[in-house]
Amino acid sequence: MDTQVVNSGSTDSRAVAPRSEADSSAGTDLIPNGSGQQADMPALIRPDSRLVIVAGLGMMGRLRLALTDLADTWRLRRLVATLAFLDIRLRYRGSLLGPFWLTLSTGLMVGALGFVYSHLFHTKLHTYLPFLSLSLVLWNFINALVTDGCLAYTSNEAMIRAARMPLSLHAARSVARNVLVLGHNILVIVVVFTIMNVWPGRVALMMLPAFALWMIDGLAISILLGGFCARFRDVPPIVASVMQIAFFVSPIIWSPEILAHRGIGIVLLNWNPFYALLEIVRAPLLNQMPTLATWGSALGYSGALVLVTAVFFTRARSRIAFWI
Amino acid sequence: MTRISVEHLSIDFPLYHGESRSLKKTVFAAASGRRLGQDGRKRLVVQAVRDVDFELHSGDRLGLIGANGAGKSTLLRTLAGIYEPSGGRITIEGALSALLDASQGMNPDLTGRENIRLRGLFSGLNPKQIEQLELDVAQFAELDDFINLPVRIYSSGMVVRLGFALATAIRPQILLMDEWILAGDAAFMGRARARLESMVQGAEILVLSTHAPDVVMQWCNRVIWLEGGRVRGDGTPHEILQQYLPSDQFAQASMALAARTKREADGMANQQAA
Repeated sequence: MDTQVVNSGSTDSRAVAPRSEADSSAGTDLIPNGSGQQADMPALIRPDSRLVIVAGLGMMGRLRLALTDLADTWRLRRLVATLAFLDIRLRYRGSLLGPFWLTLSTGLMVGALGFVYSHLFHTKLHTYLPFLSLSLVLWNFINALVTDGCLAYTSNEAMIRAARMPLSLHAARSVARNVLVLGHNILVIVVVFTIMNVWPGRVALMMLPAFALWMIDGLAISILLGGFCARFRDVPPIVASVMQIAFFVSPIIWSPEILAHRGIGIVLLNWNPFYALLEIVRAPLLNQMPTLATWGSALGYSGALVLVTAVFFTRARSRIAFWI
Repeated sequence: MTRISVEHLSIDFPLYHGESRSLKKTVFAAASGRRLGQDGRKRLVVQAVRDVDFELHSGDRLGLIGANGAGKSTLLRTLAGIYEPSGGRITIEGALSALLDASQGMNPDLTGRENIRLRGLFSGLNPKQIEQLELDVAQFAELDDFINLPVRIYSSGMVVRLGFALATAIRPQILLMDEWILAGDAAFMGRARARLESMVQGAEILVLSTHAPDVVMQWCNRVIWLEGGRVRGDGTPHEILQQYLPSDQFAQASMALAARTKREADGMANQQAA
């Protein structure tokens, strides 16, 4: 076959109007060239695009770019999901149980802690174990979200330096990966609830808006900590120790009722962002309605986090590639 | 219309090392009142690219030459949109693809097929097109059964072939390349050249950064010589290389080019015969 013919043919088929932004979503513009093409000629054609990068933009210009970054990540959500899925598969490639190793270890931990602490706290296993399994699984999720978020950019250095892609994509990938892990761990909760035969009523649906809030917070904290940890390399261990302290001072293995009538409870419960955020998901699943005050502080802490992240990402987005 | 326009482009590359990487040290410096403001401004930066201007149109094949650290790679990464400039303006019109290092942001633990699939998703292809992409890349890179094995175990030549195939399989209008492409074997280089030539004939742009003068002579019709981040010379390969190289090396490069062209032609012929 004549190279020239294939060449002009594929050039003609690229009748695409110029776009205003880089890389449009429409895969339909890429026209496969049929099977009879020569090996040296690529068959798929990139859609036209236009990219203008100007230095020294004002705050509004930078904010627009930060929002474009988020919109691009949304457009690439299939890539985010695939990356997260491959992350999990890679982590457990060659292991017998695969990701269910996590489920098993969480289950063992719930079992062991359950027996010890139900004795220590003089509570009944029947009520304590469902509480503990739920708390531990949810806390593991929060903890992994935060510690993985720290590495969102530094662990993807090769990808970031290879091509222009939205930076929030790496944060979204970390969140998606941990949601998949949570999906495996839910099995522990289901098993415990079945054994103890405790099931929440319709109030459990209240965890849905709460979980949506978690997703927003998770993305925000990954963008924020990811960038911060790329700039300051001693932040990840600091974050890890903060999370460890938070685990002990928040009502995760101990029930908030223990502190209800003591002075210290006001500090540990009312001024603890982890408590408010945990409670809006946990309480409905234990058949309790979270109070308005709890929801209020969860929303307040989330709002503050999103605001800080927005300011940080608007200012620092273009610098992150230099930091890693 | 494919076009690259670079106006008064400057890039400051911040250097972070030792203490400036530490939050603890930064905070303590602030707390003990040791002129943090000045610290902030005294941040060590390399002026990687300084006030560079050029414009490329369809059919231009630009070679960037210069010593190590002249700013070639930084300029390429900026054209690719990875580094955002600290001064000036870049306009890129046309679909761009960049081959900046051999690994191409591939995950070495994933198989060739998985990496191709990820690239397809990144480019917004539908599942059928991704299948087509897999075929196209596997065929061009000659991976055979290796496509189902992790990229980590590939030979460096295979990684280069896969990277090149990935960058060009979804046909770009602008291709940015760093010099690592030279790691390919002669037969592959011949085919890579054929693919690039058909691409550039279709009125596309190539920007190539390299140390090797014969490569510039072979591939480019315009050369920019960078020195200390500034443009030292801009013109045809013949003009610039004559200034850039000592005269004996210029003659040597011309001879090397002749030898390379012959080798690639032989490589292609051998392959076709086989």
